[in-house]
Amino acid sequence: MELRLEKFTKAFGPVTVIQDMDLTVGSGEMMALLGPSGCGKSTTLFAICGIHKMTGGRLYFGDRDVTSVPAQQRSVGVVFQNYALYPHMTAEQNIGFPLKVMRQPKAEIAKEVQRLADLVQIGDLLDRRPAQLSGGQQQRVALARAMIRKPDVLLLDEPLANLDAKLRLEMRAEIRRIQRETGITAILVTHDQVEAMSMCDRIALMRDGKIVQLDTPERMYADPASQFVAGFLGNPPISFLPARAGEQLAIGQSQVLPRPAGLEVQGDIVLGIRPEHFGPQHGQGLHGEVIFVEPQGREELVDVQLDGGGILRAILPTGDPVKLGDRVNWGVSGGNILAFSTEGVRL
Amino acid sequence: MTGTPRIWPLVLILAIFSTPLVIMYLYQIIDSVASPDPGSLIPGELDLSNWRFLWERIDSGRPTIWQVTFNTFLFASTTAFLVTLLSTTAGYALSRLNMPGRPYFLGGLIILHAFPTITLIIAIFIILQALGLFDTLLGIILVKAALELPFGVWIMKGFYDTVPWEIEMAGVQDGASRFRVWWELVMPQVKPGLAALLIISFLSGWSEFVLPLVLAPGSSTQVLSTFMNAVIQDDATADFGLFKAIGMYYSIPVIVIYLIFQKQLMNIYGGGTKG
Repeated sequence: MELRLEKFTKAFGPVTVIQDMDLTVGSGEMMALLGPSGCGKSTTLFAICGIHKMTGGRLYFGDRDVTSVPAQQRSVGVVFQNYALYPHMTAEQNIGFPLKVMRQPKAEIAKEVQRLADLVQIGDLLDRRPAQLSGGQQQRVALARAMIRKPDVLLLDEPLANLDAKLRLEMRAEIRRIQRETGITAILVTHDQVEAMSMCDRIALMRDGKIVQLDTPERMYADPASQFVAGFLGNPPISFLPARAGEQLAIGQSQVLPRPAGLEVQGDIVLGIRPEHFGPQHGQGLHGEVIFVEPQGREELVDVQLDGGGILRAILPTGDPVKLGDRVNWGVSGGNILAFSTEGVRL
Repeated sequence: MTGTPRIWPLVLILAIFSTPLVIMYLYQIIDSVASPDPGSLIPGELDLSNWRFLWERIDSGRPTIWQVTFNTFLFASTTAFLVTLLSTTAGYALSRLNMPGRPYFLGGLIILHAFPTITLIIAIFIILQALGLFDTLLGIILVKAALELPFGVWIMKGFYDTVPWEIEMAGVQDGASRFRVWWELVMPQVKPGLAALLIISFLSGWSEFVLPLVLAPGSSTQVLSTFMNAVIQDDATADFGLFKAIGMYYSIPVIVIYLIFQKQLMNIYGGGTKG
């Protein structure tokens, strides 16, 4: 079911957190609300599920205006960051609770619980209490509970934040699989760009209560609207380099790069160069000294202090004979240079 | 037990201070079934006549022990029930609902809790007199419950504060009404607090002395504490054996309750008092 927020405004007392936000999530789409903490993404989530009243604007599930519908009557499933399982109930009772509230017959509840438990693959753990389940299993129970009412929308509030790294990888794929299998419209709130990029069809990147860019992960990565977006996406992060645009791009005191095609501007700008677009594989052109090497197994991160000022990061396959203090002369993939004004706007 | 040698001095100090207490308890038990010579510490022979109050009236002017016990039980249990019931709802409201004046209410609770109740006794007397509740069990039940409430509300608020918000949000999201969320999802989390409060206020009611003494002096509303007081005061020759036996009888339920519910009582100090 399509979800539409129109001119959504939320204020807590005198403080307006979100002003006139528009957002449409297509039917069956998984959308990420991504942003640093305090950007308003959780506020948006709570407004959608009905825990917070909206100060202004309208919310539609499909064609139905649910702006003033109380949370209980909105068809929304929520997975909370700490799962919020009911500690005194077994997994089975937890999953079945929404149906119990709807006064469904016992046999029907048992059947549905079994179906959901099979979907999230915890069929043999149903008689355990939350305290007897691992983090990942609790997560699955929470997911099953959120989905058992066949809600119009599934909301996930930082669902992976409490899991360890390996489990996070597994649950990332699991949640995506379940979302695809059920075809449910889902919104994922996260501050982790890797989660957002790997799990979602589209990302709404938020900052200070506004959506700064709404796009597919690939396009947002390759074609960021601002310096903030470019800096937020990508791991290892992009390097920014002040430059002066004239005949060529002057970097620091002494070095130059050729102007990328299509760049019109003159004067002071900021270049954004992703680690994979700088290195020996892109030829030569920039002189510098290796000041930091961080092995990461399959590849290593190398920070290069450029002659005349500026630091660029490169990512190289492990085995490249680069050592701390080496002098290097590496090139930049010219077509992939991102240029921003000094205010951070994409040029 | 690596630190054993070092704890011996501590044990010694504790022993010195607790010996008088232990001796007191010991003689309380021994003397209730013994008949020592006056002024002697030697128990003498076994004598169950101290317990005669159980099967006969000590003297004709007094109510039977069973009437008094029933009064005490009624007083303590009704008080405990009232306090627990009201604290459960009030504590939830104070912990969760964003009502105007909440900080002042919380501050007021603490002050009320710290307030020495004895200073109110004359005012309470006048109020009960005006309401026609003087010298009735209902009167002292209401007074006792009111005086216990600040403590109870505060304790329950502490327990509610430890229940994560998300559980309630999840309940609401699952379609349950606020009342149902409270009753079915939050209450089970604060059950230990509920149990502890129930027991503590029962025990507090069981041992209450001043309120019944002043506000319900008649013999038909006597509770065990005032009954004992009367036994020791009225007799021309004080019968200490009888007094101690009644004392034993009076404390047995308390001891039993403590033994059974130790774990629940500890909860109040474990998780409950985070303001």
